[in-house]
Amino acid sequence: MKLVIEGNHAVSYGVRAADVDVIAAYPITPQTQIVERLSEMCATGELDARFIKVESEHSAMAAVIGSAATGARSFTATSSQGLLLMHEVLHWAVGARLPIVLANVNRAVAPPWNIWTDQNDSLSQRDTGWLQLYCESNQEVFDTTIQAFRIAETLRLPVMLVLDAFYLSHTCEIVDVFDADEARDFLPRFDPPEHLAPERPMAFGNLAGPDTYYELRYRIDADMRRGIEVVREADEAFARRWGRRYGLVEPYRTEDAETILVTSGTVTGTARAVVDARRERGERVGLLKMRLFRPFPVEAVRALLGQARRVAVIDRNIGFSIGGIFAQEIRAALYGVSRVPVFSFIAGIGGRDVTPETIDEVVDVATSLEAPDRDVYWIGVKDAELHAART
Amino acid sequence: MPNFTLPEHELMSSGHLACQGCGGAHAMRYALKALGPKTVIVMPACCWSVIDGPFPHTAVTVPVLHTAFETAGATASGVRAGLDARGDRETVVMAWAGDGGTFDIGLQALSGAAERNEDIIYACYDNEAYMNTGIQRSSATPPGAWTTTTPAGHTEDRPKKRILDIMLAHEIPYAATATVAWPDDLLAKFERARSIRGMRFIHVYAPCPTGWKSPPDRTIEISRLAVETRLFPLVEVVDGRVHVRRDVPRKPVREFYRSQSRFDSMSDAEIEAMQESVDRRWAELVARAEAAVDAADEAAD
Repeated sequence: MKLVIEGNHAVSYGVRAADVDVIAAYPITPQTQIVERLSEMCATGELDARFIKVESEHSAMAAVIGSAATGARSFTATSSQGLLLMHEVLHWAVGARLPIVLANVNRAVAPPWNIWTDQNDSLSQRDTGWLQLYCESNQEVFDTTIQAFRIAETLRLPVMLVLDAFYLSHTCEIVDVFDADEARDFLPRFDPPEHLAPERPMAFGNLAGPDTYYELRYRIDADMRRGIEVVREADEAFARRWGRRYGLVEPYRTEDAETILVTSGTVTGTARAVVDARRERGERVGLLKMRLFRPFPVEAVRALLGQARRVAVIDRNIGFSIGGIFAQEIRAALYGVSRVPVFSFIAGIGGRDVTPETIDEVVDVATSLEAPDRDVYWIGVKDAELHAART
Repeated sequence: MPNFTLPEHELMSSGHLACQGCGGAHAMRYALKALGPKTVIVMPACCWSVIDGPFPHTAVTVPVLHTAFETAGATASGVRAGLDARGDRETVVMAWAGDGGTFDIGLQALSGAAERNEDIIYACYDNEAYMNTGIQRSSATPPGAWTTTTPAGHTEDRPKKRILDIMLAHEIPYAATATVAWPDDLLAKFERARSIRGMRFIHVYAPCPTGWKSPPDRTIEISRLAVETRLFPLVEVVDGRVHVRRDVPRKPVREFYRSQSRFDSMSDAEIEAMQESVDRRWAELVARAEAAVDAADEAAD
């Protein structure tokens, strides 16, 4: 059924299709519509789930840790400060191997207060052990929500799907949605053998010394690496059933490209248009959209970027002093297997528009050089004097 | 104590890692005797995180979910919702937390769970300081007490936080205090709690010989003294009606303070001031209990 819905409601419909058992959430702009719509679905019986109206995001994650430990399919959503408040218990969900799904609406981190999009909230959770998938459209948001549960329950690791504040969260697009009955073959009932049950009493999460903890962390890492195949399999199975496929990454006109842009989230659509315009002018420019951030698709990145003449990564985030976070990961993936220079461009932080002109400037700077002459290029800094003095 | 037989079944095993004379270990043993095997325990960081034993051991024969320090109220809410979703309404969910996890770092999540009237039992075994980390003061540490962060010369100088009043402000269906010196009373309270739906809070006084600098074989005696001196009255509040156990012979607070070395630096004047404070509190508590009786009588008329 085709609906015209905002990205936040695309998440809500995805959660409904996943037939979730327990939702715990706390309001935060720009996430709130996700759980508002879910509250309505629970109230009307459209979704048969328990909705716990917790008093903080920390408690939201703690509550779904509790519910997931009983084997119940569990979901929460948040943004920015809320995700940061959860940080401790994000680690807990991973160590406890609980297949929780979280939707994070990318929003800048305070101070100063800013409700607009950037990725520093979710990328700050890089090493928690959560899988992270970044979405470009509301259809991808709906589809990824359902895929996220299948991936999480296969790997016994939690999955975060990420969407841009406002550009997706509050923007209406046509989304082809389906309900839980249609999703059931793709996402069967989850019934983990080990869960909290008085018939089979056991302790979860008690003290593990140096002789056992090490292997438990090894298993998380091994399963995270296995996640590459699991994400691919979920995407392929989804494509077979519903005809839509996203991949781990999505290359666009990269085959003969000398310069390849790298983007994530909604910047991708704008970059695609710039690539088309440049191609019309005969420039060999391509684009790689990063959908999967954790596990990091190392092989795909090497295969698609390794032969280019230069790579220009556009990050809507900043690893202070060293450049964009996606750029760092891509440099690390290519190190030792390719000598392609990787430029790190920063744009769009705090919700600053990333326009075709912004991306044109990125292409212009990158193609004017054989290799980067600095670690990071901030595009569009207004205070030119300050910018000149500091770079 | 009237004739009373402790239920024989044991849901807590020997070989746990509690210190000698641990009030918290006694408390768990009794609580589980009352609640029975259809119980899931949610356990934030506290002495019991260690007492339960390292992987792959556990000292209780009911499921335990260890969780982060400040999360007992929230995690227990989630366990309840999960069990409900899976069709298990019978199993009791009990959060089992120390005073740090209840009075301090876990207070927000506890308040949230209480305000939502979550269908859980929240038990706090109160040893009046952060004992697992090596005796640092909490907001449950009583005035005059030595801890490693309230050292000699700067012993605790603030009143013990009145957690029961905080919980009652949430208008929960059941709240009580209990101590291991009255196992009949403690078991009756956990049994009553089990028979009620909604948020139930039980504050269990749990002496800690290690942190209180008291002999391990005097744990029960000190628990009894806390009640007899009225420092820790035995209270039960059902639907807001306060009942106070008043058949306990009264003793001066001095006897309690002189039973543990943590109060060694308390002067006679300080003890006298505490006596006045305790007497005033007791009068207030009794007045509330009598008001509850009057209200019940009026309702009956």
